[in-house]
Amino acid sequence: MAQYQNLFTRVQPVGPAYMGVELPAGNAPRTGRQPMFLYWLGWLGNAQIGPVYLGPLGLMALILGTLSINIMGFNMLAQVNWDPIEFVRQLPWLALEPPKPEYGLRLPPMNEGGWWLLSGGLLTASILLWWLRTYVRARALGLGTHVAWAFASAIWLFLVLGFFRPIAMGSWSEGVPFGIFPHLDWTAAFSLRYGNLFYNPFHALSIAFLYGSTLLFAMHGATILAVSRYGGDREIDQIVDRGTASERAALFWRWTMGWNATTESIHRWAWWFAVLCPLAGGIGILLSGTVVDNWYLWSVKHGVAPSYPNVFGDVVDPATLMAAPPAAPIGAKP
Amino acid sequence: MNAQLERLLLTGPLLIAAAWLLAGCERPPVQSTQQGYRGTGMVQIDNPRIKAAQAAARPAVPPDAPPLPVAGPKARDVFQNVKVLGDLPVPEFTRHMAAITQWVAPEQGCNYCHNPDNLADDSKYQKVVSRRMLEMTQHLNADWGAHVGATGVTCYTCHRGQPQPAKVWFTAAPGKRSQWGSMLGNDFGQNHPNIGLTSMHVDPFTDLLLGQEPIRVAGPAALPNTAYKMPIQSAEKTYALMMHFSEALGVNCTFCHNTHSFAAWDSPPQRVTAWHGIRMARDLNNAYLVPLTNTFPKDRLGPTGDAAKVYCATCHQGQNKPLGGQAMAALYAGLTKVAAAAGAAPALPPPEDGPTKSVLFFGVGSADLLGEQAKGLAQLIVTMTEKKATVATISGYHSAAGTLAANQELAKQRAFAVRDALLAAGIAEARVKLEKPQQTGANVAGEDPAARRVEVTLR
Repeated sequence: MAQYQNLFTRVQPVGPAYMGVELPAGNAPRTGRQPMFLYWLGWLGNAQIGPVYLGPLGLMALILGTLSINIMGFNMLAQVNWDPIEFVRQLPWLALEPPKPEYGLRLPPMNEGGWWLLSGGLLTASILLWWLRTYVRARALGLGTHVAWAFASAIWLFLVLGFFRPIAMGSWSEGVPFGIFPHLDWTAAFSLRYGNLFYNPFHALSIAFLYGSTLLFAMHGATILAVSRYGGDREIDQIVDRGTASERAALFWRWTMGWNATTESIHRWAWWFAVLCPLAGGIGILLSGTVVDNWYLWSVKHGVAPSYPNVFGDVVDPATLMAAPPAAPIGAKP
Repeated sequence: MNAQLERLLLTGPLLIAAAWLLAGCERPPVQSTQQGYRGTGMVQIDNPRIKAAQAAARPAVPPDAPPLPVAGPKARDVFQNVKVLGDLPVPEFTRHMAAITQWVAPEQGCNYCHNPDNLADDSKYQKVVSRRMLEMTQHLNADWGAHVGATGVTCYTCHRGQPQPAKVWFTAAPGKRSQWGSMLGNDFGQNHPNIGLTSMHVDPFTDLLLGQEPIRVAGPAALPNTAYKMPIQSAEKTYALMMHFSEALGVNCTFCHNTHSFAAWDSPPQRVTAWHGIRMARDLNNAYLVPLTNTFPKDRLGPTGDAAKVYCATCHQGQNKPLGGQAMAALYAGLTKVAAAAGAAPALPPPEDGPTKSVLFFGVGSADLLGEQAKGLAQLIVTMTEKKATVATISGYHSAAGTLAANQELAKQRAFAVRDALLAAGIAEARVKLEKPQQTGANVAGEDPAARRVEVTLR
């Protein structure tokens, strides 16, 4: 038992492979007859790999997703003139870019953004099929569909960025490039274009939920590890049959902050924080450019942005002046 | 497996991974200097060790010889073919030449530009270029005080002891095409490491520091306005330019901008200086460097056949004040005054207007009939209205500077402008004939206002 006090997994129970429950009628058979055991994987989770349930949804999602990633990859490879070494070296910078603004919502030629549309469409189809798979598999196991709906929240943000907002703005060029650094630079440029996302209240909410998620995750993970010596890791049992582990965990938080969640409610906290993060973020992105064009000016207008003392003296936009003020001649002492 | 070996196996790779991840980081501590109101993040962050290494790597500035008494005959009266520094007394002129050699070609010496058998000879392109660069320096010090202040610039500000300044830019060549033709791999001029570590435009300079594309991208009002369409791609281009600023000057964004709104002008005064710097770079590139394209030999041109151009790094080279703000220009009268004979942007000659022939002059790169020139056709129109049988032949000319194709197009546009003016005055279209554009080879140095003209002849 004392082994569980460590922050890392110290115990690897090894038993015969677990093949899972019987599948409902009409389900495809599982893939992988003989599961694999990886000792190193056991450090991170379960050492057993497979069998996996692929099914038609999983198969289609994988095929479409692979196609989409290949379109991105071959475009990137062509950008470095089919040089595999340059491909690896420049991979973080390479991207498949959306069409130029002049195409609007029309279909551009393939190499003018057509590949981006095709790749994005395939990726969207793949993700939606994968969503359906999480829903159907949960139902097949007799579970609730909480995972599917949490995933749907992330898909909402994905669709806002690449589908809903470009359509609302009337141009595919508003979409996000597919690339590692490029999508990050896109995000920074987006904030510059729409007057600092810091002043977008939905962005603020999204960040609150993001940071809140990490905080809740840390609090909950730490609590359960701390009471695992009393069987606290059997969380679900303790929801209906509160044992000493739950009692101690609850007392710990009540003593330190005066109030505590319950073994059940802490999971609702975590679920909602995680789901609200992309949900609020998606709203913030969707409103940028469609409803609000400059979040800083919007904040000034509504008295949200504070004004700071002027410490720089009279700095005037030179574009508003008729001519530059006369400068000191060369060699003049300041 | 015993516990110690297990621990070793686990921590070993973790340590290696951590070392690899941290390899790109600077060693702390960094220096943080407050620049604005407290709590607003207005700080300048420097790493003193990196700054010290950069300072040590910079070559020492060559010493200045003190100015000599202003006496004696003028250079133009003693030497031949002195077009820019002719007003200087001979001893000063010689001191200028010696300093320029130290600044630009310390190893190659005078013969880098001059023909040793005849110093007045203009046959070396280096001499033609440096004459134009002297005019540019004079123009910079005389007219761009808003950016260069009382410090001014000398040849050394950019050259640093090298015939070619280390930091210049060329228009980027379009991406290479594979055997797949144009089917795949359009990078839209983006997404290769070039400016800092960004994956934005590889060349934001052609559009922003040569062209006049808007740099301001943030929405001008709180709510959207259908008239204001600024695509995200323009914001990326601006961001790429700004990263160049930051890299070239060794400063953070907050050196010029406030932290709440990059667009709002309650910002450090350096931003005004930078604003003038942008206009200055555009002016120098368009008026001085692009017109030298045909003067340079082929191997000195960029991948698209363009001349080297300036941006922030050309002078700044990692310092927010070039050369740490060392004022060198004040010691060199020849670099601070615009010589009478070589105005930086010479006024156009008055139009030559006669009953059978008109000559109209145009600005650099312009096909617009402006000011006096617009009225220059008056006499011709009178003649054509009176004598119904006359036919006007229009020939557009262009100077030798710049690429031939662009120049021919320009000469054509100039001819069109004159034709349109004649048609607008009621002259029948059949009576106006256009001739092929012609180049004037008169001036190798590039910009000759008399070369940029349209001639209209009546027959």
